[in-house]
Amino acid sequence: MSIETDIANPGAARVKRPATAIDRPYGATLAVLLKGAVLAVILFYLVLPTLIILPISLGRADYIEFPPRELTFHWYRQYLLDPDWMAATWFSLKIALATSLSATVVGTLASLVLVRGDLPGKQALQALSLGPMVVPHIVFGVALYLIFAPLQLTGNFVGFLIAHTVLAVPYVLITVTAALQRFDFTLELAALSCGASRTRSFVLVVLPNIAPSIAVAAVFAFLSSFDEATVAFFISDTGGKTISRKMFEDIDFNLTPVIAAVSTILAGVSLLLMALIRSARQHP
Amino acid sequence: MADLLASPERPSPTVKPAGFRSARRGRTASRYTPVLSLALTAPLLLLLAVGFLYPIGALIKLSLFMPTLDLSAYRKIVEQPIYLAIMARTFRIALLVSILSFVLGYPVALAMASLNRRLATIAAAAVFIALWSPVLVRSYAWIVLLQRNGVVNTLMAQAGLINAPVKLLYNEGAVILATTHVLLPFMILPIFVALRSIPRELVPAARNLGAGPATAFLRVTLPLSLPGVFAGSVMCFILALGFYITPALVGGSGSMMVATLIGQQATVLLDWPFAAALSTTLLVATLVIVLVFRKAFSLSKGFASVD
Repeated sequence: MSIETDIANPGAARVKRPATAIDRPYGATLAVLLKGAVLAVILFYLVLPTLIILPISLGRADYIEFPPRELTFHWYRQYLLDPDWMAATWFSLKIALATSLSATVVGTLASLVLVRGDLPGKQALQALSLGPMVVPHIVFGVALYLIFAPLQLTGNFVGFLIAHTVLAVPYVLITVTAALQRFDFTLELAALSCGASRTRSFVLVVLPNIAPSIAVAAVFAFLSSFDEATVAFFISDTGGKTISRKMFEDIDFNLTPVIAAVSTILAGVSLLLMALIRSARQHP
Repeated sequence: MADLLASPERPSPTVKPAGFRSARRGRTASRYTPVLSLALTAPLLLLLAVGFLYPIGALIKLSLFMPTLDLSAYRKIVEQPIYLAIMARTFRIALLVSILSFVLGYPVALAMASLNRRLATIAAAAVFIALWSPVLVRSYAWIVLLQRNGVVNTLMAQAGLINAPVKLLYNEGAVILATTHVLLPFMILPIFVALRSIPRELVPAARNLGAGPATAFLRVTLPLSLPGVFAGSVMCFILALGFYITPALVGGSGSMMVATLIGQQATVLLDWPFAAALSTTLLVATLVIVLVFRKAFSLSKGFASVD
């Protein structure tokens, strides 16, 4: 179509065109394509590190090989047969399970007070309890090492339990206080006015309503301990080290593909648990 | 964090005592007495006192007293150019990472908030995968990608782009690339929350009144999402300042940040007062930023009422 016909009969030409093309016939499509390409690159950047470890872990060569020439579970076997890796894994699991339990109990009790309690200095307590999220982990790790070393709490289950519970409690507080704030307390009052005791109405009315959030908080606490690396780096020792400390050491000294296998397992556990939480929240 | 830090706790749905058998009964049903409150918070108080305040306090004390007041550890930070340079680099990298996170994160947040469901789901899934992959795993993955015989070098050599492996790891670029990756979700999520709370009619209304897509974005969407940008930037900056794992693994001696220096002083050189002074400095800097920008966290919340 020539320019002249456009000028001569502008209306006719416009009717055929789609609405967006009126503004900028070529610019618009180009902009859409460009925007799509930029977004695709950023999304690729986001998922690339997680996706690359799987093919690496399935290789067979003693060095990092990409793409792998054959696909085997060789490095997973090496991981499972290595007593050091197994010891670190069990140590981490034990700590994470205990942390999940203690942080959930301590955090849930405190959440009840933060939402419903009468306590002088409640605001201060709230700010303080979130402190572990604000204080850089390197500072907390070094501080704990300073205190734990003379008490022989480094590489020790109790030492880790204290450290990781401090770090996990804020997640529990945030999750459970949010649930309590959503909860309609007139339900509890209804139970009370129907003659239920306070304990009974708490156990039968409040608790079942916030139980899903408590479960979510427990999973958060478990993962925050299991994946924690900075503090674990400082309070581990030869007698007891977590899987993250063992990984850190091996990445620094001997970069075998076993680490890729361990990484894939760790990422798999985290993503699976979080996906479960997500789908449980969307389809209750 | 954002929720609890900033908002002066939202009043729980309080119940009017009227209409119940006794005023006291109604009150105690929704509130716990001080005694019960103290009993329920006692475990948390004990935990924080023993496991958090005491160690941090001991570290601060160590930086100041040996055994009498002695500021030589702090003087060392200021007087030796190398330590000042590390401090300055830490600040610069944290700033760069925050800016880069904004530039890369904003389009992703837009996609997540988009009305195109498929696009929104894909973007959310990518953010989900990045956020929930352990930090150590992602740092290792960057080493696998960037090292001498790593994936990127191999692929570039196979494509004939390079003859010899390029040094991509153990420098500042690698630190920025990997750290931005770890912190990006902390930028994306607050922006997404802010974008989602913008009433859907606003952009079509602006377009209807004659604004082009660019004008509508610049004058409606962007300003209304700024609280999210603010919250995300503060978050990224304070996390980057004290970040240990990733810079320690993918950085080199020429790109050392303050957290790595603290780790080195504490575990290798065993200069405890100096490690403590560095830690205290980092802690104070972080706390000051959090207190000054406390508003950042509350702004992104409660933003639903734009009208």
